[in-house]
Amino acid sequence: MSTLTPPVIRERKRGGGPQNRDSLWAALPWVGPVLLLIFGVVLFPAAYMIYSSTRRISQAGTNVEGVGFENFATVFADPNLPRVLLNTFVWVIVVVSVTVVLSLLLANFLNKPFPGRTLVRMAVIVPWAASVVMTTTVFYYGLDRDYGIMNSFLVDIGLLDSTYGFTKNVATALGAAIVVGIFVSIPFTTYTLLAGLQAVPSDALEAAKMDGAGPVRTYFSVVLPQLRGALAVAVLINVINVFNNLPILRIMTGSIPGYSADTLMTYIFKVLQFDRRLDIASALSVVNFAVVILIVAVYVKVVRPMKET
Amino acid sequence: MSVSAPAKAAIPPVRQDRVRKYGPDGISGRRLGLRIAVGVIIALVFLTPYLIMLVGSLKTRPEILRVPPRYFPQDGLQFGNYASMWSTPETPLPFNLISTLIISIFATLLVLLVATPAAYYTARFRFPGKIAFLFLVIVTQMLQPAVLTAGLFRQMLVLDINDTWLAMILINAAFNLSFALWIMHSFFAGIPKEIDEAAQLDGAGRLKVLFTVNLPLVWPGIVTAIIFTFVSSWNEFAASLVIMSTAENQPLSVALTKFIGQYATSWQYVFGISIVAIIPVIILFALIEKRLIGGLTAGAVK
Repeated sequence: MSTLTPPVIRERKRGGGPQNRDSLWAALPWVGPVLLLIFGVVLFPAAYMIYSSTRRISQAGTNVEGVGFENFATVFADPNLPRVLLNTFVWVIVVVSVTVVLSLLLANFLNKPFPGRTLVRMAVIVPWAASVVMTTTVFYYGLDRDYGIMNSFLVDIGLLDSTYGFTKNVATALGAAIVVGIFVSIPFTTYTLLAGLQAVPSDALEAAKMDGAGPVRTYFSVVLPQLRGALAVAVLINVINVFNNLPILRIMTGSIPGYSADTLMTYIFKVLQFDRRLDIASALSVVNFAVVILIVAVYVKVVRPMKET
Repeated sequence: MSVSAPAKAAIPPVRQDRVRKYGPDGISGRRLGLRIAVGVIIALVFLTPYLIMLVGSLKTRPEILRVPPRYFPQDGLQFGNYASMWSTPETPLPFNLISTLIISIFATLLVLLVATPAAYYTARFRFPGKIAFLFLVIVTQMLQPAVLTAGLFRQMLVLDINDTWLAMILINAAFNLSFALWIMHSFFAGIPKEIDEAAQLDGAGRLKVLFTVNLPLVWPGIVTAIIFTFVSSWNEFAASLVIMSTAENQPLSVALTKFIGQYATSWQYVFGISIVAIIPVIILFALIEKRLIGGLTAGAVK
């Protein structure tokens, strides 16, 4: 899972003599190639996708004619859409909230000194370094009803009476996907929060102790407010990553026929690959994109993750 | 303090000295033992799927499909799987591995080539539209290939590079560019510009200053950018799934999903390939473990 941190734009105050101020033309050789890649491979496809969503495109890929918002009308009239949207929101909200709570506990623990801590931290990185497809594959195999090792482990420790086909029905397949989603999201989140914990000034902790605050009170009144920035970044990045995740759901819910276990992302890929409806898929992608932007905008507005405190 | 904590006074002073390095207060041996135990459990939880992978890759086909399964194989470890796995009917794995390698290496090189000068320049000089440029970079950071797959697919068809390495190299480079640029930007910005000025007085041009004076100082940032770009290209799935249609061109991430849903999946091979693909990346991550905490959130977390 590619995990990126949006940094704050912070103009540094520096001397800025005349030799440090260039014209646009002087800047172009340095930043031009970046602009070329961003416009060519990120923004152009985005614009092209929006354009495609207003055309009728044959299954062979021929651009037939403009149809205005007809594709969007088709998308919104789609009887599968309400279920797909519901799945998407359950998927995002459950994965992100459980991930953040568990990562918070984990980061606090990994911030305490004990022998072997580095090794435990290394172990927590592994799901981040391992490909999501490969991690999901192991869970898919492990949860197989007949030969799955995790399934038989659940029976051996008495959690199940007999092995169960988790990936064969909608609710348990989505549940299993959510568990994998949490598992692969925890490493990045934990490390981001660890970074935040290290920025908590030790004199603030000392002061709280001087004032006679207990560990719980110190945590909620001193540590948690300091973590605000790291938490905000972790939640934002997780929402974007989880929302756009394809492989976990595609593998875990892949053997379920129909669309009852799909999220927007897997649904788009089914329309694209099986129906070969590029126009409808583009319209769905635009909707998906709009939802992402909306979530990010609301989040930034409400939580103000970039606020300098 | 001594009144309120009589229990603490009972700890022999020698012992407290020994554990003092594990906390400003000097925590007791029992709590330390508890922490170690919790640490071991956490490590096990995170490693178990990969241990299942490792053990599975050494099982025979009847053993891995056995009902009910056994945790450890009884008919010996099949190290031969690591040789025979390269020729399976499901997908041409050697080609998939080469594809993944070429795409990831060239995408990383392209990112370095494009992002390093831009990061240096934006950290050092001012130009009209600089804020707009940096804002653009942040916006692309919010986008992932998965969101734009429909558009990317259509674009690659029009450019006639659909189903080629070049398409995936460009896509992986473009979508990882912003992170690399930001991380290097923050490293370049940390170098005092007086160093540049001294070199410039000696008559060095900007490029020479970048290469001879700055690069040696920011290499940790460059290593971080390299590893992030490489790992993210190595694991990319959504765009490859749609754009790479020929079996030989597909990267491992896509190729491995072909095993799933087969009548009797060769799981031992899926796991063998996964282990081969994961271990180098874990080593790369281990190398920057410290920096994951320090540099990752540079600029975002104060």
